[in-house]
Amino acid sequence: MAAGDAGYAFATISVLVDNEAGVLARVIGLFSGRGYNIESLTVAAVGDGGKQSRINVVTSGTPMVIEQIKAQLDRLVPVHRISDLTQLGPHIAREMALVKVIATTGEKRSEALRLADAFRARVVDATIESFVFEMTGNTDKLDAFVELMRPLGLAEVSRTGVAAMARGTSVI
Amino acid sequence: MSTLPPAAPETPSQSGAEVLLRALKDQGVEVIFGYPGGAVLPIYDAIFQQNAIRHILVRHEQAAVHAAEGYARSTGRVGVVLVTSGPGATNAVTGLVDALMDSIPVVCLTGQVPTHLIGNDAFQEADTTGITRPATKHNYLVKRSGDLARVVHEAFYVARSGRPGPVVIDLPKDILIGPAPYAPPATEPHRSYRPQTAPAPDAIARAVALLKSAKRPVIYTGGGVINSGDAASEALRRFVRKTGFPCTSTLMGLGAFPASDPLFLGMLGMHGTYEANLVMHGADVMLNVGARFDDRVTGRLAAFSPGSRKIHIDIDPSSINKNVAVEVQVVGDAARALEAMIAAWDADPTEPDRAGLAAWWRQIDTWRGKDALRYTQTQARGGIIKPQYAIQRLYEITQQRRGETYITTEVGQHQMWAAQFFKFEQPNHWMTSGGLGTMGYGLPAAMGVQIAHPEALVIDIAGEASILMNIQEMATLAQYRLPVKVFILNNKYMGMVRQWQELLHGGRYSESYSEALPDFVKLAESFHATGLRAGSVDELDDVIHAMLDTPTPVIADIAVDERENCFPMIPSGAAHNEMILGPEHEAEAAGITDAGLVLV
Repeated sequence: MAAGDAGYAFATISVLVDNEAGVLARVIGLFSGRGYNIESLTVAAVGDGGKQSRINVVTSGTPMVIEQIKAQLDRLVPVHRISDLTQLGPHIAREMALVKVIATTGEKRSEALRLADAFRARVVDATIESFVFEMTGNTDKLDAFVELMRPLGLAEVSRTGVAAMARGTSVI
Repeated sequence: MSTLPPAAPETPSQSGAEVLLRALKDQGVEVIFGYPGGAVLPIYDAIFQQNAIRHILVRHEQAAVHAAEGYARSTGRVGVVLVTSGPGATNAVTGLVDALMDSIPVVCLTGQVPTHLIGNDAFQEADTTGITRPATKHNYLVKRSGDLARVVHEAFYVARSGRPGPVVIDLPKDILIGPAPYAPPATEPHRSYRPQTAPAPDAIARAVALLKSAKRPVIYTGGGVINSGDAASEALRRFVRKTGFPCTSTLMGLGAFPASDPLFLGMLGMHGTYEANLVMHGADVMLNVGARFDDRVTGRLAAFSPGSRKIHIDIDPSSINKNVAVEVQVVGDAARALEAMIAAWDADPTEPDRAGLAAWWRQIDTWRGKDALRYTQTQARGGIIKPQYAIQRLYEITQQRRGETYITTEVGQHQMWAAQFFKFEQPNHWMTSGGLGTMGYGLPAAMGVQIAHPEALVIDIAGEASILMNIQEMATLAQYRLPVKVFILNNKYMGMVRQWQELLHGGRYSESYSEALPDFVKLAESFHATGLRAGSVDELDDVIHAMLDTPTPVIADIAVDERENCFPMIPSGAAHNEMILGPEHEAEAAGITDAGLVLV
């Protein structure tokens, strides 16, 4: 299966797990061992006194593969709950990026600042030769900003991966 | 924060090793299969000083796991393994994956270097939890003494619950030596792992409605029925007989439904019977109970049972819709689901299509008439033994003389012939490496079965190549006086490799000849066992009788036709209705596509 096949789609899945040694390796090993894609993955301790972690994974596949991924995740012993945010409907997905641009000419520097302003990116570091922008948004918005910075002297990008949550009152 | 004063901490008076044994005892463990080493010396010291748990010393750690599998599969209990760190653990990995693939409950205790040395490349250190993570259902590294007892109890719960499987507990030596508190098995549910065992009533109702509408039904059962326990096999029998539907089984499911019942079609799949595979291909409604649409069963997926509406009962939701999309999903324990199906069948006033079913059986009987397992055996003095005949005679003679028989196998042609020609009437009497296909499984597995059933007749049906992969276990048989019978179909080839090379690789028998074989009679004798040999058909029955008469372990070396192939055969990448029935159809294998050739 590859992008372009019928029904192939992205899915954002949140997984609540015990915050214990090796749990991330279990999840990643499941994906690599069974040949599933990982587009993005974030993990951090959340709630319950740090005893649980939340993993947000953006993956892709046919509906049958996405169902299989969820079923495989669900049978891992330290997994408490799984939520397919894409299937549930409207949800918020955000990631943060640090974008370094090396620009020495006034024209490129001012253009970079103008675009950053339009994208609501903040300057978190500046020298006379460079900027580091911090920007939060959905993946498409970050992709667009990074592409715009390329001709202006894009030097380095560091992204967090997606943190995601359902809208409204529904919780994982 | 609670304002209550903290409970006075229990001062542990036992070592970690002693706590471990106490936890095992509380889990009902009677036998451990193991091999000592530096990191587990504290456990061996504790074993030495107690009598509740028996230790069986194997000769290789892989064999310890297979023995525990044989013990588990023949009893329905959890098998227990104890190995040391480093090579002890890595040697056990093949057995663990075998248990994972076949859903066998095993708890494997591995030694580890002391916690302060972990990560330092210490002597006999290996990243055991890292290595075994994809080889187990779950694994643990015990880093705090306070966790030890809880982890042991949890490991047994995980191993036997839901879809069973192997669990590793990695035990650093300082945890085993130092004091540890004891905790009894938990009484509250597990915090996260709670597999669904009760089937959803609406799914059962839809399944029954679909089955009642069937004109050409089939019931296809697998190892899940065995794992569920005797109640599942018993419910399966009642359900199949109530419906009158044809029933077939995977390799792992043999024995759940009696082979002698006229409703049974024999095994299906790559070397399944003609009737079973054509029933699967032609069915309009399929009920899968505890099987997983494995590639050995389905053949080419796109052509698998194209006209059937499918129902799948499985305790593991990840087995459903993995390879084959099904219409009705029933997540739950096989016994509970089958009981619910029986009740729903009786409660539903709809009459099944009896006329359609009768026509279906007439069709099935014509397929049966092909007698696709037939072979020709000369009875002339000095005549060469057909491997099928050797197993058929083994079956007939053991039935006359002993009745209940436990069979294990290695992997290859002999395994498929055993599945075809040995008829199983009861669950838990057939132990074979299905998913992983591990040569060397059968002898240690037989050892584990014999430990669990000391008075029973236990036979490892083997090939001359497979048996050499764990032949060292003959010493274990001798030490514990385990009268296992090793019945070798000796065709001087890795037979299944040879068969594929003949059919798919132009008869170029690359490295598949068993050169320089040992003298199996002398080999047996050197291991304090009895060696027997049958070189021709007139010697076969005498050797089988002599084998059964012998109170010691036996190796019976049966010289069989080197050129015999295992049929029927669905070549890789082919569909159920594209079976090769026998040598006269071998030319058809030439039509295998490149896409089929890459499959194993």
